Amino acid sequence: MDFISHFGKYVLMLKGMIAKPENAKVYWKEFMLQCNDIGVGSLGIVAIVSFFMGAVSAVQTAYQLVSPLIPLTTIAQIVRDTVILEFSPTLVCIVLAGVVGSKIASELGNMRVSEQIDALEIMGINTKTFLVMPKITAALITIPLLVIISMVLGILGGRIAGVASGILSADTFDRGLMSNFNSFNVWFGLIKSYTFAFILSSIPAYFGYHVQGGALEIGRSSTKAVVVSCIMILLADYVLAQLLLSN
Amino acid sequence: MIEFKDIQKSFGDKVVLDGVSHTMETGKTNLIIGTSGSGKTVLQKCLVGLFEPDEGEIIYDGKSFTDMTQDDRMLLRQQIGMLFQGSALFDSMTVEENVMFPLNMFTHDNFLKKLKRVNEVLERVNLKDANKKFPSEISGGMKKRVGIARAVVLNPKYLFCDEPNSGLDPVTSMVIDKLIRDLTIEYNITTIVNTHDMNSVMEIGDNILYMVKGKKEWTGNSKDIIFSDNKQLNEFIFASEFLQDAKSLRMLEAQGKINIDQINKAN
Repeated sequence: MDFISHFGKYVLMLKGMIAKPENAKVYWKEFMLQCNDIGVGSLGIVAIVSFFMGAVSAVQTAYQLVSPLIPLTTIAQIVRDTVILEFSPTLVCIVLAGVVGSKIASELGNMRVSEQIDALEIMGINTKTFLVMPKITAALITIPLLVIISMVLGILGGRIAGVASGILSADTFDRGLMSNFNSFNVWFGLIKSYTFAFILSSIPAYFGYHVQGGALEIGRSSTKAVVVSCIMILLADYVLAQLLLSN
Repeated sequence: MIEFKDIQKSFGDKVVLDGVSHTMETGKTNLIIGTSGSGKTVLQKCLVGLFEPDEGEIIYDGKSFTDMTQDDRMLLRQQIGMLFQGSALFDSMTVEENVMFPLNMFTHDNFLKKLKRVNEVLERVNLKDANKKFPSEISGGMKKRVGIARAVVLNPKYLFCDEPNSGLDPVTSMVIDKLIRDLTIEYNITTIVNTHDMNSVMEIGDNILYMVKGKKEWTGNSKDIIFSDNKQLNEFIFASEFLQDAKSLRMLEAQGKINIDQINKAN
């Protein structure tokens, strides 16, 4: 019953945010601000996570490929495909659920508790449209871009680690990278990143927007928002893999 | 003018408002007073539409607020200003940006014109040099004044104030009270103030609604309170011995037995 009630309120929030903005200029400014917060603000952590993710992936793949019959170019192929198919979209979005999701939930929660949302309502502003929509649209624009950057940095990390640890040469890695490339994998990664971007922005927005109480409840809702977002990302990951990859 | 008739509101089994009716007059400071938990904040939130009453009707200048569509309510709300108990200023914005926010949202004036209006209202609330400060950098009294400036920047027809004096010292409280009253008269606004500050009641109470346990217990103005024989009201307003003495002195003055001004001058 609790889940149905939450889901109903979540759908109503999403429905309520689709309305004509009172002033397009102010909304545009808010949208750009969110793009900066969510996109530019997360660039550092995404770069670090992606680079090391690729590096570890290269080293661990080499560790597991013990047979001399398997060519070394396979390491590059595995790094490329795991980074594009899974690590960049899923792992980065799980990290972003923590970084961006908790920020969205606590920001809206604080606004709710300190009556700033009520103040906006009293002014005659649709708070769902003004506060929630720019966050979700900014996430939908910037997170797929972050995932693309992550893919590049992940592969680069794998290449640098592979060469630096003497597993394979740069030339071998590049040959492996370009062999048997399926461009659908990139599309699949982007479809996942759009889905996850929506999940990790809308779910924390729901938890933050509906906070009741004080500082303790803001913390609780922020944690809950991150946990639920992560679970939903993993669930959506499985569903998308089943739908788009199974024969 | 805001009329409300037979307002009822419950949260679960708890009845918070039990058939409250009253009229808030234009150009006057209308006070809703009562002990904590008497339902005054819930009543005010019902009046502005933050809570939906279970029953009853709210009428803004002849137009039923209860029957309005959400879009019409949004339009009406652009004529409402509200000062919140905790000021509810936007943390990430400076004082100037806070006050300019309603102008940015609802007018298409250029920046200079908006800035001129912002400076006008900030000057009106005696906050000339705080434009670039953030809410975290100013005192509680200044926050309230910024809240008032933001509430009146669009020249509202209705001004709601929820506990405007909470957390303020007596001198600052009187400044805020005077400001609310002056703005009410100056702009001919229908002002509704929730308070349990006795100074406010006696200083700015043009039209007072006293509530007990979600019901209307007494109505009148600040002068009527002195002579009221309502036991609950007297216990609430003149709670301390000091205030009871003050009431007795005011009654003696009304009977012509003493002159308080003369006594004050003599002291």
